Amino acid sequence: MSRIRYTRRLPAAAIAAGLVLALAACGGSSSTSADGAAPSAATDQLNPNADLSKQSLNITIWDGYSPKDLPQRVKEKLGFDVKVAIHDTNEMAMAKLATNTDSGIDVGFVSGQYAQALNEQGLLEPLHPELIPNLANLYPEASQMSFDKGNKFSVPYTWGTTGICYRTDMVKTPPTSWNDILNPPADLKGKVTMMTTERWLALPALKYLGDSINTTDDKQLAQAKDLLIKAKQWGMLYDDTTFGAKLDKGEAAMVEAWDGWCPTTNPKIKFMVPKEGSDLWSDTMVIMKSSKNKEAAHAFINFILDPKVHSWVAENILYKVPNKAAMDLVAQNDKPLLEKNAPLKMTPAELLKGESIIDLGEASSKYTRLATEISAKQ
Amino acid sequence: MAGPSTGRPPRRSRALGSAAARLVFLGPGLGYLIVFLIVPLALVLSYTIFKRGRFGGVVYEATADNFGRLFDPLYLDIVISSVRTAALTTLIALLIGYPTAYVIALLPRRWKTIALIAIVMPFWTNFLIRVYAWIILLSGPGLVNNALTGIGLIDKPIQLLYNEGTIVTGLLYSYLPLMILPLYAAIERLDPQLREASANLGARPARTLLSVTLPLTVPGILTGCVFVFVPCLGNFVVPEILGGGRSIMAGNLIRDQFLKARDWPFGSTLALAVVAILIILLFLQAWVSRAYGGIEGRRA
Repeated sequence: MSRIRYTRRLPAAAIAAGLVLALAACGGSSSTSADGAAPSAATDQLNPNADLSKQSLNITIWDGYSPKDLPQRVKEKLGFDVKVAIHDTNEMAMAKLATNTDSGIDVGFVSGQYAQALNEQGLLEPLHPELIPNLANLYPEASQMSFDKGNKFSVPYTWGTTGICYRTDMVKTPPTSWNDILNPPADLKGKVTMMTTERWLALPALKYLGDSINTTDDKQLAQAKDLLIKAKQWGMLYDDTTFGAKLDKGEAAMVEAWDGWCPTTNPKIKFMVPKEGSDLWSDTMVIMKSSKNKEAAHAFINFILDPKVHSWVAENILYKVPNKAAMDLVAQNDKPLLEKNAPLKMTPAELLKGESIIDLGEASSKYTRLATEISAKQ
Repeated sequence: MAGPSTGRPPRRSRALGSAAARLVFLGPGLGYLIVFLIVPLALVLSYTIFKRGRFGGVVYEATADNFGRLFDPLYLDIVISSVRTAALTTLIALLIGYPTAYVIALLPRRWKTIALIAIVMPFWTNFLIRVYAWIILLSGPGLVNNALTGIGLIDKPIQLLYNEGTIVTGLLYSYLPLMILPLYAAIERLDPQLREASANLGARPARTLLSVTLPLTVPGILTGCVFVFVPCLGNFVVPEILGGGRSIMAGNLIRDQFLKARDWPFGSTLALAVVAILIILLFLQAWVSRAYGGIEGRRA
């Protein structure tokens, strides 16, 4: 037997090790972006009578976030092709959209603070409201969100808030404050979860302290950190993907949740917004400046805002849409759905009490560090 | 051990032919390595000296900050505790894996095949599903708690999930086959006559194990350890799911730099640090293997 058989293993192991890491470490292509570019004032002249059948659209959206037959319906109604690309997270969408080169994407679906950041880079086409008559279907409140007052570059697709989702049969005193989840009763140990995504991880503590969820003040963040570490030392668990299922099965009793993710179809489960207030999040549609199909892009957004199309979101994903005509249609078609799911009934005025999360630029790394510090704390 | 060929020098045409053949056979493998290993590693390496872009990516301005941040106690502690968790998992995997591999190597041929298939079988199921299955087993209303309360060992369900132990359990379960297979290969290849000779010379079974079998399988042990240790260190799924998101390992830290913090340069620096640890381990493994391989080689 020769030793060569053993040493041959070394390169194999090195390759295996290297590959695992290289794959783990390597994201998409490198993208460079200059900081703080001003939104560009120059606007393309768009032709309201353009022949849309000569155009086609590439959109990027979360999986399952739009009707499966959307491309066919657009083709029938408007006469152009739509190709749908999927992203899992805002960060992945940004990796596609925030390149300086043409990403090939015409319309992107991203959360409000990301739309704001894209616009600050001068990557978004200012909207031409005259090409989107269905904007009139939106609630007046839908143009009041602080990342884009007046919907200059983004059209809200969904909106909602973050609160506490809990089981009435397991939680003795219904929660009223963020303190109830930061500092839960001892018998709920192992059954309370908070979110791990940094801005939402910090939200309960910041709101409880009476601070803005967009604060960059080191002292306020340090106080929030103390509260969050106390919660972890008590035995907090962290989950921002499966909390709904855990609650449904009774493996969790009380969780920090986005309204649309709280499984209120289960009669034992309730959703509430703590008295200190919460956020107002919105996923929006934006048109890329690099798009060569801007007329079709506007027509597409206009089509989405049609109540018959937009109501699909509320009926199927149980997210509120900022579209009055669409919500009225839901109420008319499927009253029981609204009755069963209290979060769907929140009014725009109630929602607007929430604070919009805005992009913090360089200071956002403070939240990353905060989240890492909480995770590393034993 | 086979020395260099002492036969007559090969004819020129054959040498050329074999060079061409080598190129043909090596080509795909080399190409694969260059495209999927060397280039990505070079990219990761180059990112470490630049500044972060606002949305991920890098800004091509040189900086040494990333390396400085590596020594921030916050990140250092995470890397050290991950190494600890991975090492503990590897040790337990070795303690369980060695006897298992030993027994399999002694089985009759037919049963050997069946045993090996059984070891590899879990890999046929999606990794995520296998990890989630542990939640169903260990949760409050889960199988294990039900069984324990059923036989009266405990009065009410105990908290089995979401701690350091569950993470090690999950990692161990996931990577144990990677320990057993190289150990099996090493033990199986041992000449049974060596053990017989040891017994004939009066050694008890324990003595034979310690003085003959174990030393001769050290290279296999080290290979298994590296195979388990490496993926444990890079795993971010198990700590997230079975650890209840309460602890963070080097894998999570690197993933988060890329996907959440949008700090590719620092993520690359962390990845590079882990690669550096691994390279040191691999050299160590090669060095020790060579030493023991030498002992074994002298026999032939």
